[in-house]
Amino acid sequence: MNAAIIISVADNVATALEPLDAGRRLRIGDVQITAAEAIPRGHKIALRAIRAGEPVVKYGSSIGSASADIAPGAHVHTHNVASARGRGDLAGQTSREE
Amino acid sequence: MKSGSAFLGYARPDGRIGVRNHVLVVPTVICAAVVAERVAASIAPIGAALPHLAGCGQLGPDMSMTHDTLAAYTRHPNVGAVIVVALGCEQVVAQQLAESARAAGKPAHIVSIQGEGGTVRATARGIEIARELADAAARVERAWCPASALVLSVKCGGSDYTSGLASNPVVGRVADQLVDLGGSVVLGEIAEIMGAEHLLAERATTPAAATRLLRVVNRVEAEAMALGLDIRGTQPSPGNIRGGLTTIEEKSLGATHKAGERTRLVDVVSYAAPVSKPGLTVMDTPGLDVESVTGMVGGGAQVVLFTTGLGTPTGNPIAPVIKITGNARTASTMADNTDIDVSGVLADAESFEAAAGRVFAELVEVASGRPTAAERLGHREFAIHRRNPTF
Repeated sequence: MNAAIIISVADNVATALEPLDAGRRLRIGDVQITAAEAIPRGHKIALRAIRAGEPVVKYGSSIGSASADIAPGAHVHTHNVASARGRGDLAGQTSREE
Repeated sequence: MKSGSAFLGYARPDGRIGVRNHVLVVPTVICAAVVAERVAASIAPIGAALPHLAGCGQLGPDMSMTHDTLAAYTRHPNVGAVIVVALGCEQVVAQQLAESARAAGKPAHIVSIQGEGGTVRATARGIEIARELADAAARVERAWCPASALVLSVKCGGSDYTSGLASNPVVGRVADQLVDLGGSVVLGEIAEIMGAEHLLAERATTPAAATRLLRVVNRVEAEAMALGLDIRGTQPSPGNIRGGLTTIEEKSLGATHKAGERTRLVDVVSYAAPVSKPGLTVMDTPGLDVESVTGMVGGGAQVVLFTTGLGTPTGNPIAPVIKITGNARTASTMADNTDIDVSGVLADAESFEAAAGRVFAELVEVASGRPTAAERLGHREFAIHRRNPTF
């Protein structure tokens, strides 16, 4: 069993299928990545650098945008990813195009 | 008629096919719920009550949604006969619910609490009728029916990372297979389409279906935004976030897999409205599990395939709900609530096709009468979606 899974070639994150310790080296298909910090089971690890504002891609589609610069191997979750949808808290600041 | 996908169902006078033969006991209003539950319990497990929180103090579309949902259950093919328990002064009209059942060819009776003269007399009268209907229901036999007669509800709840990676793609393959056979699939939970609507819209058979889907998703998003809050307060749920889901887009992209990979979107319908076309129909329901399942069963779904990562007990009063998990630990820790473990697909121990084959075989068995975990445990959750406050 792989320790992590990449769903689409367009993805810039993988999903950990078991808890990953900091420093754990992974090979997922052709991709090699070292966990920069502990990644809980089911959580996401960055496959490459994702700059603040860039889309975070899983299933080949955007799941939101980086709210901070994300280093390769970093834990990707609510602390560094912002949703683009249902953001009533930002109403008036941004509007979503159809 | 019989093939590998055929099941033993109940052919109804209106041409629809049921997978259960319940005697439905419907309270018109919350005030009649206790009597209805006692009447249904007297003929358990064939008796099924629909305790609900409204039926009075409602206006406009909210009133219609309550009435129409109850009426949809009285016509449902999993129901063989109906008892309406009324109080006597409420808005939901008992006679209309009884007529709805009779129009579908089902025997229907009304017991009025005020008319009978109190809880004791009304309960006794209801039990007397229920026993006669249960005796008649027990004599009805099942017959072979084609899979094309199935309307399958697909639902996920208590999602974690395994839902989008394992159980939802497995159920999606079952949805594809059922639609290939001429059957119907219904997907609800509009909030959990948010972020994946473009993928479903691309599969619409008509521009009107695609437009209606986008309009419904945008309306739900606007309703959430009108509160001035981040939808992340509830979507994904706190448990979803602990399980690794970061945003509603991520949850939606994983969630919509369960509606199939190649099913075509043929229709978008309102809450509890009939699912009438073969293919994939999206229903306008909230994400909350019980309200969503209640609506899709109201639309005619006879069976629910319910995926879960964290495990959840939800059932329905008249439709079997089959629980499928891709999380091996949940399959063990929530064993009594779990019907099928598909965690092998993430451990490279089973192919998606093989897992889908097991789920389809279980779907046929359950449609033919095998009880689900939720049925064995007596889980009969029921909640009608509300559009407005109570007055």
